[in-house]
Amino acid sequence: MYSYDKYDQALVDQRVEQFRDQVRRRIAGELTEEEFRPLRLRNGLYLQLHAYMLRVAIPYGTLSSCQLRGLAHIARRYDKGFGHFTTRTNIQFHWIKLEDIADAMAELAKVEMHGIQTSGNSVRNVTADHFAGVAPDEIEDPRIWSEIIRQWSTLHPEFSFLPRKFKIAVSGSPNDRAALRIHDLALRMHRNAAGEVGFEVMVGGGLGRSPFIAKTIREFLPKRHLLSYLEAVLRVYNQAGRRDNLWKARIKILVHELGAAKFAELVEAEWNQIKGGAVEVPDAEIERIAAQFVPPAYDPDAPTFTHEFDALRLNDLGFGRWLKTNVARHKQPGYSIVTLSLKPEGGTPGDMTAEQMDAVADLADRYSFGEIRVTHVQNLVLPHVRRADLPVVWRALAKLGLATPNIGLATDIIACPGLDFCSLANARSIPVAQRITERFNDLARVHDIGELKIKISGCINACGHHHVGHIGILGVDKNGEEFYQVTLGGSEETNASLGTILGPALPASRIVDAVETLVETYLALRRDGERFLDAYRRLGTAPFKERIYAAA
Amino acid sequence: MPLLKNGEVVADPWQSVADGEPVPEAGPVLIPFQRWQSEREALSRRNAPVGVRLSNTQALADVAPDLARFELIVLDFPKFVDGRAFTQARLLRERYGYRKELRATGNVLRDELQFMHRCGFDAFEIEAPDAAAQWRAAIAEIDVFYQPAADRVATVIARRRSA
Amino acid sequence: MVKAVKTPAAQIVTGNRLRDGAVIYLAGDSQWSTDIAQGAVAHDAAEANRLMAVANQAAVDRVVVNPYLIEVAVAGDSIQPVGTRERIRAFGPSIATPPSDRLPA
Repeated sequence: MYSYDKYDQALVDQRVEQFRDQVRRRIAGELTEEEFRPLRLRNGLYLQLHAYMLRVAIPYGTLSSCQLRGLAHIARRYDKGFGHFTTRTNIQFHWIKLEDIADAMAELAKVEMHGIQTSGNSVRNVTADHFAGVAPDEIEDPRIWSEIIRQWSTLHPEFSFLPRKFKIAVSGSPNDRAALRIHDLALRMHRNAAGEVGFEVMVGGGLGRSPFIAKTIREFLPKRHLLSYLEAVLRVYNQAGRRDNLWKARIKILVHELGAAKFAELVEAEWNQIKGGAVEVPDAEIERIAAQFVPPAYDPDAPTFTHEFDALRLNDLGFGRWLKTNVARHKQPGYSIVTLSLKPEGGTPGDMTAEQMDAVADLADRYSFGEIRVTHVQNLVLPHVRRADLPVVWRALAKLGLATPNIGLATDIIACPGLDFCSLANARSIPVAQRITERFNDLARVHDIGELKIKISGCINACGHHHVGHIGILGVDKNGEEFYQVTLGGSEETNASLGTILGPALPASRIVDAVETLVETYLALRRDGERFLDAYRRLGTAPFKERIYAAA
Repeated sequence: MPLLKNGEVVADPWQSVADGEPVPEAGPVLIPFQRWQSEREALSRRNAPVGVRLSNTQALADVAPDLARFELIVLDFPKFVDGRAFTQARLLRERYGYRKELRATGNVLRDELQFMHRCGFDAFEIEAPDAAAQWRAAIAEIDVFYQPAADRVATVIARRRSA
Repeated sequence: MVKAVKTPAAQIVTGNRLRDGAVIYLAGDSQWSTDIAQGAVAHDAAEANRLMAVANQAAVDRVVVNPYLIEVAVAGDSIQPVGTRERIRAFGPSIATPPSDRLPA
């Protein structure tokens, strides 16, 4: 994984001191709140319901064990002992004090971390496939290009005051695990007819008040032209994006209003002027970065099965379930990809205590070459675990409460912080998630239901990705009461789709029953091997709507 | 409004001509680009410098043919969050080869000075009692630049190669 | 339908403390408290305006950020915020934080 060189380090160190001075000027009255607010946002510091919230970037969801320990330290020293992983693979701390923030950021800088551009109208954290570098279906590691984009977009002088935020995702596989089509810009690596690797470029995805699926504006972009093409896209957006209405300022609106073809034309015209110019990343730099993403020193003789592993798999139902849902195939024989579930029964999706973080950092050192990933579904991953070590890793994770065998199942819920924390929210989302996990605490039942992605947002900003949930839940405020609107049939995978509203919003007291009714309806009507999403696509909303709204 | 140029607060030699007022025969005058377009012939015959104000939605292709005639171009930040002038500045410098004074006006804040400088601005109308000191502080805060811009500073990639 | 804007019967002023972001309420004597029970209650629009003037000065003085009025229900000594959002601000998130150490036995 990428390590800072002296230039990367100098930038974050200088940024800390710059912000320290901005905080000083705010406290001394040299900056008003109106002037200070965009400055603190550009370092990831929000003012939320209870306190300041700090959003720390985790570039393309990759962490070293040292960095995870650094986050544990921040949680302990400056917060209430825990952190929250988000749907953009960042981490949030909910209880930061302004008077501490510069010191906290200095400590983050020591472990090569920061909150730069995790808010504000600039290019945000670049996210990637959480199985990057280890998935068997991967063509090329998308993190090489994510790092190149990260550097190019950091403190970009032309694009720091865009009409609105700009979110980029990169995938190196034909199977989209990075929710590409809900991003402002997404890149999918693939081969052209000549066998060269390049990017499919998609623009204009996004959720929120006006959700859109991204459109392809270029089928194949050669790798060496990535940065000039991105400059062209951002330049067109910076000039032409709407600035008259906050809700119409994202690039998705521009692409929608112009049409993808016309938008692509504008980009190509600009790109033709700068293609091959100073902004392109030189081959030597690509190689320098790529060299930091080579596979670790795998043991070529690592066994696929051991006696202990076999025995456990045959005799322990829990281990068997965990293997089925939380362990994925690795491209290196004898190794596996392990997902750590941050969705225990009754828990807050994506939350982790400092103690858990330290323990996982130790596990990463012993069993995963010191590397951890964060997924946009708010879970963690140990990407390089020997098959032979799976039993001991499973037991260790179980002791930490991180082994719930529910990845991709009904209780692997995405939930935003919601009204419990967020000043934008209209309703709470975490209690709904907690109650669903309690209602569905029977693992046999959850495994029988199979793949079911439930996503909950506390407001229309859709940080919980409800539009692309198989079951999406949107919290709304109706005359001061919390109500929940259900959507069905959303998907963030390769054939992405937006969910359809089921009917009028339901009161808080009925939402968990409604989810259970939807599941029961699916179970009653499904055909062999059909997932919830497949059944919905076959049946439509009618049978589901009928059963939810039938009873008075 | 104080004018910050080359790190110092200087007297502004340019005279802004109000709409409806005649353009003086002598001296450097600053007019909206629309006025230049409608009075182009007369203004071309003037034997004194002309500067133009561009709105931040002004297409530069329309400005390009006359670029050589302008000693000053003023770009606008109507609100500091409106970053369109950053693009205009870069294009004027890097694509259209404009070399004369490029001035930022509007909601110009100390914390955006470095971005503006990198995009090619060399003069700033900034409301600040100690603008020169603020300028010196602002451009010294960060000296690591990942991406090329109009300022031709050595980027991190270039420095890595020569290291 | 245009809703008539009616001044609520009882209001207090709240905001976040600048230095640490804590939820605070304007109490008597232009002091600020983290305890909603200390809030100075305005019973009419004039009183509410007077409290907001004090609060806005406190914002200029870098004590509080973005103060605003909220409706409360007063019963004797008890001041209860109206609405889920202000209840959560006054008494904390409705869920356990930090998450309980819910580790399996």
